[in-house]
This record gives sequence, structure tokens and C-alpha cells, in this order.
Amino acid sequence: MNLRALEKLDPRWIFLVVGLLVLIPLLWPVGLPLKPSTPVIQFHDALEAVPDGSTILMSCDYDPASTPELGPMTRTALRQLWEKRCKVVVTVLWNGGSVVVDQTIEEVADEFRARGVKLVDGVDYVNLGYKSGNEAVMVLMGQGIASAFPVDQHGRVTATLPIMRNVSGYSGFPLLVNISAGYPGTKEWVQQVNSRFHLPMVSGCTAVSAPEFFPYLQSGQLRGLLGGMAGAAEYELLRKEKGSATRGMDAQSLAHVFIALCIVLGNVVHRARPAGGQA
Amino acid sequence: MKREIPLFLTALIGAIVVAGFFVPHQWVSVPADFLQRCAVIVVAFGYALGGANVIRVNLEGIARRQTDWPYKLVLLAGMLATLVFGLFVDRAAFQDPGTVSVWIYDNIYVPMNSTMFALLAFFIASAAFRAFRVRSTEAALLAASALIVMLGRVPLGDFVMAGLFDHEGLPDFVRHWRLEPVQQWIMDFPQNAAKRAILIGAAMGVMATGLRVILGIERSYLGGSD
Repeated sequence: MNLRALEKLDPRWIFLVVGLLVLIPLLWPVGLPLKPSTPVIQFHDALEAVPDGSTILMSCDYDPASTPELGPMTRTALRQLWEKRCKVVVTVLWNGGSVVVDQTIEEVADEFRARGVKLVDGVDYVNLGYKSGNEAVMVLMGQGIASAFPVDQHGRVTATLPIMRNVSGYSGFPLLVNISAGYPGTKEWVQQVNSRFHLPMVSGCTAVSAPEFFPYLQSGQLRGLLGGMAGAAEYELLRKEKGSATRGMDAQSLAHVFIALCIVLGNVVHRARPAGGQA
Repeated sequence: MKREIPLFLTALIGAIVVAGFFVPHQWVSVPADFLQRCAVIVVAFGYALGGANVIRVNLEGIARRQTDWPYKLVLLAGMLATLVFGLFVDRAAFQDPGTVSVWIYDNIYVPMNSTMFALLAFFIASAAFRAFRVRSTEAALLAASALIVMLGRVPLGDFVMAGLFDHEGLPDFVRHWRLEPVQQWIMDFPQNAAKRAILIGAAMGVMATGLRVILGIERSYLGGSD
């Protein structure tokens, strides 16, 4: 192969290869073998350790851009909690996310209803919707969830909902499940809520932000961590589900390998350039 | 007075909120809680201010026929349509399924938002080929770590390693060499150490800046040169 020709490679060829590498495995999955990592097992076990029937706080801090990566872990976590008959109070701190989170909750609730499990909005779960204010909202919730979110996603008065009867501040929850795409998200929940109100928490986050949270996992401030689609796929494996994260892992694997090849090939081409050539 | 009053308010509010973190007495906690509520309201007003600013800046651009002014027109039309349907048609139920607002969200906002994020995959691949150059030992270490973590994080990495090395006749340590434990070691030790140092450094920087703001030493947020 002529390496000089690769120097002037039209980037559209790279775009085409990436597109095909992502599209083909999504259409025809290969089913590469997965193995759950320790942070994922810890996440699963932290949810499993919650007493059956307790009320869990779940903050879904993402928007549609991160839904393919974070939606699958949200669904699996909801399934795990509802199978334990836990009640789930959902909040959203990303302004574009409340509707997509609401759709995810209803999708999983409908699955349970189709199986004959009675799940009632406002009794077994509630989406309190979006509230602006980032860290200030987290601190305000410590004074009372209903005072921070006076109405829920659908305009009902939060304090009158049956699910909120046993919940005032953070002390009413045994665990916080945070699904985070960035700011505000896991880092802020650890700093403002875990450290101040001592609420145990687990996190599911985008792959790009996972390295930032490993120190919190190592220090015990996070009880478990799902990093990106790989984390979600391993979580699905633990839950014996074949969700969209498992299906997406083939595509992500091939894309990772291709990007690694691009780095190597780019450097080979660069080294092969005659000395004094333009950078 | 134009500068003294904001400086005084900043110092007072900052001191109360910081004290509220450490002092549970109601003389401190009640005003601190009140100020937290005020912060949420101020942030909400920020959206109104931001919206007004978007309208002003884009109207000016359209009036002056700046480059790509038709896009500004589309932006304003989209913004106004969303506002009008939300405020006057769907009203309080604007987030309920079946409303025009949710239709706009599902069919316009979600695809555009997802598309912007999905484009990253293409540009990262292109940038990896064109820009990730190993020019020093540090860059070589970074590239090697990046390759190991990228391949070790996905199932295909170890699948390829098994295909390459897991053959009879090779020594055991070569046959069973996998990327996954290596990437986990990189994440657990060098990565964690560096990240922890950054987090501690950033936290100390935030504390120092906060203290400078409360004490009135840092005044750049007031505008002007000092």
C-alpha cells in the first residue's frame, strides 16, 4: 500500500467505514462474549441489598443525546428495583431530559403491567420532572423533596402523592441511583448529597466521564459504577437481559478497534513521511 | 456604592451559606436554606434572560443580513413556535404524551440532539487518524495506555488477544495474556492517582477562589478590569 496516498486520505472514507462498522453489527449482531467487571457487580449488589419495598431516589441527569448510552441502564435499574417491589422517586436535573426519562419509565412500567404486575404512577413511582438550579436543587431537596419539587412532571401536587407520604428529605431513602451524562451529575451528587447528607449512592454514567468517578468508587463514596454502554451491557448480563446495550456492544467493539487502528496507522503514515515534510 | 453594595452582599451571602454547611443552629441554617431557595429562583430567571438574549442577538443578525442569517430565522421560528404551543395551547400539560410540545420534542429536538452527539464517533475516528501523533515518550505512553484501555474495555479486545496468542506451544503467560486486567490496572492505579490529584487540586482552587470572592479580593465577576 502506498503510505503517501494515505496522507491525503479523504476523511469521508473514514466516516464511511465508521458508519458501516456501527450499522452492520446493529443489523446482524455477532454476540461477542461479555464478562461483568467489579464496579458493575458492586452496582448490581448495592441495588440488591436495598430492603424490598423501600423507596429509592433515582436522579436521571441526561438528555436525548446520551439516551442510547444511559437509557439501557436506566431501564435495567428500574426493572431490578420494581422486581424488589421498591418504589422509585425520579428527578431530572437536565433541562432536555424530563420527557425522555418519563418515556423510559413508562416503557418499563408497561412491561410490568403486561406481565400482570400492578404499577401505579404516583403510588409505586413518580417522575418529579426537571428543576433548574443544579447543586442548589440537590441541597434544597435535603430540606424536603416536595419543597424542591412542588409539582411533578404532570403537574400534580407532589406532597399529595401517596408515594411521598413516607418521604421528606434524603433520610427517607436508603439509596440514591444517579444516572449521569455530565454536569450536573454524579460528581455534584457525591459532593453535595453523599458527603453532606450521607446518602449512599451508586452511579451509571457515560463512558467518557467514568474515569472521573473511579476515585469516588475506590473511596467508597460510590457503592457501584456503570461506565457507559459497556457497563450497561455487563449489568444486563448480570440481570440476564438482552437489552439494547448488549446489542450495541458489537458495534462499539468494532468502532473501538477501528479507532485504535486509525491511531496506529496515522502514526505509521506520519513516520513514513520524508524528513522536513509538512506537519 | 455601585461596587461596595454588591461586594457586601456577596460577602454576607457567601459567609452565611458556608456557615450553614458547618453550623446546624437555626440562626444560621434558616437564612442559609432561604438563600438556597433564592438561588434556584435566580437560576430559573436566568433562562428568561438567556431566552431574551437569544432573541435580541438573532434579530440583530437577521436585520443586518449577517452570514447564515436564514439559520437564525429558523432558530427564532422554532423557539417561538415551541413557546407559543407550550404557553397557549398545551399549557400546564405541555409535557404530557400526545401534546404538540411533546410532538416537537420527539420529532425535532430528540433527533437533532442525538445527531449532534452521534457525529462525535465520526470526528473522533478522523481525529485519531490525523491528529494523535506520538512525538515524545510521554505521548507514546499516553497512546499505549489509550490503545490498551480502548481495546480492553470491549469484548472484541480479548477475543482478538485470544486469537493471536492462545495457541498450543506458546508459554502459559503468553497464552493467557489479556487486555482486560491490564486496562483495569491502568484505570485503578495510574488513572486514579492522576484523577485524584486533579480533583484535590481543583477543589482547593475552588475554595481559594470562593474565599477570594467572599473577602472581596476577587472582583472580576463585577465586570471591569479589577
